Amino acid sequence: MSEASKSRRSFTDHALVQLTLMRMREFIREPEALFWSMIFPLALAAGLGIAFRNRPPEVLKIAAVTPRLAEALRQEKLLDVMQLPPQLAEQFVRTGKVALAAEPAADGSPNGSIVYRYDDTNPEGRQAKMLADQAIQRASGRQDPVTGSDQIMREPGSRYIDFLIPGLIGMGIMGNSMWGPGFAIVDARRKKLLKRIVATPMPKHYYLLSFLLWRMILLPVDVGVPLVFGAWVFGVPLRGSLMTLAGVSLLATLAFTAGGVLLASRVRTIEAGSGLMNLTMVPMWILSGVFFSSQRFPDLVQPVIKALPLTAAIDALRANMLQGAGLAQMAPQAGVLGVWLVVCFGLALRLFRWR
Amino acid sequence: MPGPMQEPQSKAALCVRNLRKAYKDVVAVNGVDLEVLSGECFGLLGPNGAGKTTTIEICEGLTEADSGEVEVLGLRWSSDAPALRQKLGIQLQDTQLAEKLTVLETLRLFRSFFHQGPGAEEAIRMVQLDEKRDARVGALSGGQKQRLALACALVGDPDLLFLDEPTTGLDPQARRQLWYLIEEFKAAGRTILLTTHYMDEAERLCGRVAIMDHGKIIAQGTPRELIASIGVEHVVEFSAGSSSLDLAGIGGMAGVRDVRGENGNVLLQVTELHRAVPALLNELGRQGVPLTELRTHSATLEDVFVHLTGRHLRDE
Ligand SMILES: Nc1ncnc2c1ncn2[C@@H]1O[C@H](COP(=O)(O)OP(=O)(O)OP(=O)(O)O)[C@@H](O)[C@H]1O
Ligand SMILES: [Mg+2]
Repeated sequence: MSEASKSRRSFTDHALVQLTLMRMREFIREPEALFWSMIFPLALAAGLGIAFRNRPPEVLKIAAVTPRLAEALRQEKLLDVMQLPPQLAEQFVRTGKVALAAEPAADGSPNGSIVYRYDDTNPEGRQAKMLADQAIQRASGRQDPVTGSDQIMREPGSRYIDFLIPGLIGMGIMGNSMWGPGFAIVDARRKKLLKRIVATPMPKHYYLLSFLLWRMILLPVDVGVPLVFGAWVFGVPLRGSLMTLAGVSLLATLAFTAGGVLLASRVRTIEAGSGLMNLTMVPMWILSGVFFSSQRFPDLVQPVIKALPLTAAIDALRANMLQGAGLAQMAPQAGVLGVWLVVCFGLALRLFRWR
Repeated sequence: MPGPMQEPQSKAALCVRNLRKAYKDVVAVNGVDLEVLSGECFGLLGPNGAGKTTTIEICEGLTEADSGEVEVLGLRWSSDAPALRQKLGIQLQDTQLAEKLTVLETLRLFRSFFHQGPGAEEAIRMVQLDEKRDARVGALSGGQKQRLALACALVGDPDLLFLDEPTTGLDPQARRQLWYLIEEFKAAGRTILLTTHYMDEAERLCGRVAIMDHGKIIAQGTPRELIASIGVEHVVEFSAGSSSLDLAGIGGMAGVRDVRGENGNVLLQVTELHRAVPALLNELGRQGVPLTELRTHSATLEDVFVHLTGRHLRDE
């Protein structure tokens, strides 16, 4: 044993540190990567946040055929009434320019019957029908037996932007954690750098571990940037504990990084890699409730949706941020992410090709 | 542990026995035997597709052989891979190192994989890249990249250095610079196995060479021995334009061992130049053929290859 040859070495001479430093250098020296992983999600959040901010209750456009009808309907504040000749009114309904057309019954019934033309499969049509009918009944002298008064609730935590920010955080974790390692691995394999690296005595798992480490280092940025942005610009609440949030994000990052490594474990070209990444991520953007609730999909597919890692991540983030849920309440989501982590990393280690 | 029935390890740094490797229907390596002695620079010379890279990568433990034995520094890949990796310096054919890292960062990375060896700074000095220490790899010239690849092979202070076509694609000046570096390693007593398809490179750098073609080693020895083995000291090349020639008549001249005609050029392998050239001029005069070009050179490894295979090393 040559004890003498082992000179004292500093922390930064450790292979894992050097590999992680390589990840960092490749990242910060690639301006496009910085843009796509940081600026783009913020621009998206700002755009959507502004689009959905403080929107007054929706006003429905409808058509009335006679001046009397139009007059009666204008009493309802939520209806925007235009007076049109019958044929034009009907055409407007058919083309969706108005949600409904109101006209006196054609047979000229004595007590002023009204015909509503609308599409009953369209929620706007149904709502317009209710509002119009109510306005006309009241104008004709109906008295409501019970009076109700409104108390409007638009507090932070139940607006669209509050729903959106956790979704975007989840989406960002997934995108960055999968693209970063995936791209780096495919590129290194294509350039035969992977083969060169396994020709050294480097322990193989260090290479894969360096991706996990680097994503962990970037995590505060991945999560912190949209979180601070949401809180600062839109007042999005953070009701749960920061530690829990950090724990969930960490688990999600590790699971998605393992997924990225798995997808890249055999791919040789950037094109094939991109295809595989998109094929995996795009369905999750749609199904996992980034932009709208995943509850809208049929019950039949709900178990599948719930088992997706992005659904688990976003559900846990929303529960933490909006309802202040603790770790115990997120056990199912944490379980889903943990299973994905173990399965993906295990498979990646088995399937990974260095050349 | 050395095998019980073997003598205390000979000086062989690399020992390859009856190596075979096929890719689907291509037999890349077809029964290769090699022995590289400690302290020598051994060259594997052959044309494109001869199987050089496949052979060297099997020796490097990167490719699995179909059959055959490989013993590197007295160790075997099946049982001693981690120890072996520490002792080898490897340069692969066409690896692209990470473009965004600097020269120094790249070498610190590679150095971190080894227990011992020169520091990154020292490796930079060894390949004379001091000026480019902080340059990005992507901004280096071909020759500088190749020298960096060499430095990456040196940071573990290897007992055996594998260089796969270290100068292919470089301009003559960059090639000479690399030769100079390799000669320095040789002088420092390092063991080197290098592949090349430049015969001048093999002649200059290698103590012994093996000539490889179609997965087989067709000749092996010092460049001098190989050249002597074809019994030819000189090669005469001439062009007779489009005139028809009687090759048999030329072949029958005194001191001519072999004649070959290829698209207007004629190649003579000659033992005695001072007799063959006057005889050739006479013969051409007799046949009434005008001589448009005449060149002679001392026989080289290229001529050995032509003699053995009837082809040139580098088929344009
Ligand atoms: N991965 C592979 N899959 C299929 N065939 C291969 C593979 N690698 C090499 N070959 C084939 O094996 C033969 C030997 O290839 P090899 O790369 O060893 O040649 P070489 O002597 O290094 O050539 P060069 O001078 O061009 O580098 C070639 O015919 C090549 O096409
Ligand atoms: Mg080769």
